[in-house]
Amino acid sequence: MFDFGIWTKWFNDLLVGCMPEWLAILIECVVIAVLVLLTYTVLALFYILYERKLCAWFQCRLGPMRVGKWGLLQVFADMFKILVKELISLKGTDRFLFKLAPYLVITSSVVMLACLPWGRGLQIINYNIGIFFILAVSSVGVLGILLAGWSSNNKYTLIGAMRSGAQMISYEISLGLALITIVVFAGTMNISELVYEQEKAWFLFRGHIPAIIAFLIYIVAATAETNRGPFDLPEAEHELIAGYHTEYSGIHFGFFYLAEYLNLFIVSGIASLMFLGGWMPLHIPGWDGFNAVMNWIPSIVWFLGKAFFISFVIIWFKWTFPRVRIDQMLAFEWKYLMPLSLANLLLMAVFVALGWHF
Amino acid sequence: MSDIKAKISQICPSVTFEEGDCLLVNVPEQDWHSLATALKNDRELNYDLLTAVVGMDWKESLGVIYYLTSTARNWDLLAVKVAVTDRKNPMIHSVSDLWKVALFQEREAFDFYGIKFINHPDMRRFFLRNDWVGYPLRKDYDADPKLNPVRMEDEKHEDDTVSFVEDENGKIKKIPGKVFTEDDYVVNFGPQHPSTHGVMRFRAAVDGEIIKKVDVVSGYIHRGIEKLCEGLTYPQILHFTDRMDYMSAHQNRHCLCMCIEKALGLEVPQRAVVIRTMMDELMRISSHLLAFGCTAMDLGATTAFFYGFREREMVLDIFEKTCGARMSMNYNVIGGVIADIHTDFVKDVKELIRIMPERMKEYHKVFTGNVIAMNRLKGVGILTKENAINYAVTGPSGRGSDWSCDCRKKHPYAAYPMVQFEEVLEKGCDSYARYMVRMREIEESVRILEQLVDRIPEGPIRAQVPKIIKLPAGRWYQQVEASRGTFGVYIESDGQKNPYRVHFQSPCFNLVGVMDICCQGNMIADLITIGAALDFVIPDIDR
Repeated sequence: MFDFGIWTKWFNDLLVGCMPEWLAILIECVVIAVLVLLTYTVLALFYILYERKLCAWFQCRLGPMRVGKWGLLQVFADMFKILVKELISLKGTDRFLFKLAPYLVITSSVVMLACLPWGRGLQIINYNIGIFFILAVSSVGVLGILLAGWSSNNKYTLIGAMRSGAQMISYEISLGLALITIVVFAGTMNISELVYEQEKAWFLFRGHIPAIIAFLIYIVAATAETNRGPFDLPEAEHELIAGYHTEYSGIHFGFFYLAEYLNLFIVSGIASLMFLGGWMPLHIPGWDGFNAVMNWIPSIVWFLGKAFFISFVIIWFKWTFPRVRIDQMLAFEWKYLMPLSLANLLLMAVFVALGWHF
Repeated sequence: MSDIKAKISQICPSVTFEEGDCLLVNVPEQDWHSLATALKNDRELNYDLLTAVVGMDWKESLGVIYYLTSTARNWDLLAVKVAVTDRKNPMIHSVSDLWKVALFQEREAFDFYGIKFINHPDMRRFFLRNDWVGYPLRKDYDADPKLNPVRMEDEKHEDDTVSFVEDENGKIKKIPGKVFTEDDYVVNFGPQHPSTHGVMRFRAAVDGEIIKKVDVVSGYIHRGIEKLCEGLTYPQILHFTDRMDYMSAHQNRHCLCMCIEKALGLEVPQRAVVIRTMMDELMRISSHLLAFGCTAMDLGATTAFFYGFREREMVLDIFEKTCGARMSMNYNVIGGVIADIHTDFVKDVKELIRIMPERMKEYHKVFTGNVIAMNRLKGVGILTKENAINYAVTGPSGRGSDWSCDCRKKHPYAAYPMVQFEEVLEKGCDSYARYMVRMREIEESVRILEQLVDRIPEGPIRAQVPKIIKLPAGRWYQQVEASRGTFGVYIESDGQKNPYRVHFQSPCFNLVGVMDICCQGNMIADLITIGAALDFVIPDIDR
């Protein structure tokens, strides 16, 4: 399997060879930042088209077809429109917080994007507490949403922000517990180590029953974390117009919009990291020929393919299910999902202690 | 009839009677409230349903005609006329304490005629702004645009209300009040809102997510249809009906045509009768499919919306081929229909009948059976049978409260006596019951179409009508079962070629009347669910 580390090492050696080390690191940081932002934009554009085409497919429609072949250029037109739109400032808003909020949301999702295992040798942030870091950064996004709702001086946005706060804080518990279940199994929180742990087989198969339960809990909690249907209460358009981002326009609205789509990709990426092996190809112990064929597919394709597949499932939820109500949503988390994830964590601990796994 | 007359004169000796298409009781204002109490509470009379409240201006006097129905007895109508001669300060006792539907209906009469209702708790205008000058449906109304210019500023004192309370000595005191208290956190929905299905406005006082009170603010699409009718000839007023509840265009127009035909004593050819009935049922299917789609979409299930629209498209295609339009079809005319059915009509209707059963299964699979949808609909927006009758909530919403109120059964008209169909009733009294009534009514409508599609008789499509249609002096009231409930038309004629007064009793008007009692104690999200399940159409309310 091709190791992208060869490229990065070559680039590093090239820079170190002709300049002092601090400058080389600075240039590398800048290059990576640009690459991350570029990836972010391209992925967001792809996801917008992806969802529009998928939902059109579910709804017996064609989706965007006019701009470019099969509407492929539609998203670029949309992006251009959003970039040239006026940033409307409103009376009675808290100016500073109002403008700060979209940046908090987008920053948290960019940082999370950098934590994902893109491919062999393509790891940007790699800590020994990687999973904790991801969970911590994801909470900054909630702050942005709360601030946006509060500073807009609008009743809809305030209710949207309150719902969002209640929802994201609640579902973060299940989300965290589901991930910790896998951490218990893997014995590490380091992202690249987690991927290499799955070389033999993916955690979903190695951990079998508790891992599958954790996977299902994760998918539900992640849907809620990203404020997507059926948990899209914070921006329930039929009740609260657009919820917390009702008053935003132009690129500030665009930031919320991009962050929403990118968060979908990020939670799918984390799911693929924790349950489906990250960039690791599908390996079945003993089937060496099969494994060799799987290894032939580039690692980045594996990672993106898994993430897109999980996103497909989450998009499928959104366009099929009606929206839940706030009390039902909270009851579901606190009465069913959280006790279940705690029990599952215990089950996993027992399985690990007794060695009942592959 | 004669025993009712005897009974009423026994209760209130000062009344006089007039015969017409139904019995009319003339009652002096001072006796009206006691007679009303007796009419409602007397075991034999038992007029528990206030069908219509028609404000009137007879030039020398102002007044109201109340149409009452006894649902327990035989659904016959009784009209009661109350008139006062004081044009400066006309006052009539409110019956909103007996029939809650009068809460909104009397506000409409106040808005248009300036009749103040004594003891009505909330005497605000209903459609017009509170700074409107004059009462537009009065015959001496000054329509000078200088008096009522297009106002560019917000309505002031929106929260102020007033009631005229009578004390023990018979003195009437004006008591100001407030709609919401200072402490209420009022969230505004509409007039521009994705889920009010039009330019409707609700103001909801909320406690967290729980709704404490809903105030309905209407009139954003008010066009003054009733006033316009008074200046036009009978064939000219027909097209207004298509523009009220546009999802019941055929039924509404059918009703108006029937009312005029009744006044003229006109016999409609059998072919036209059957075609009208089929069009009514196609309209009902299209309306209920839209209701299904909108309920699903308001709950967030956007995909189901498109499924409903896919089949609705077929119905609209049928309309387009025969009537030349997909909305505002303008199909019924006095004495029949305007054009014969298209040659594909029978084939297209048969195709619709063929596919509907399997499509219904698909709807139930994608939406009804979903656990989230069930949780969102069940137990939400409870409307008991007593309240449904008291607030005159007819149609699928009333039948969802287990109240048998189908006009097609109670006052059979057109081709309905010829066909077998079941009146759909659900016992749930909640949004789910209302939703299910609609779904099952689609099946019943398909059943009616199935029975009629091969039985369209040959013959003329229109009766011979005079070139200039003049109704004899008198008053007529006609009801049909529209998609959302009982639709009524009141016509009063003084023998001219244009009507003296036309009143449209729209079902949706009563539907918004129960928004407050249905929403109390529910959540903000339920306001949308309840609105979707009641399924009101705004132009029908505002007219």
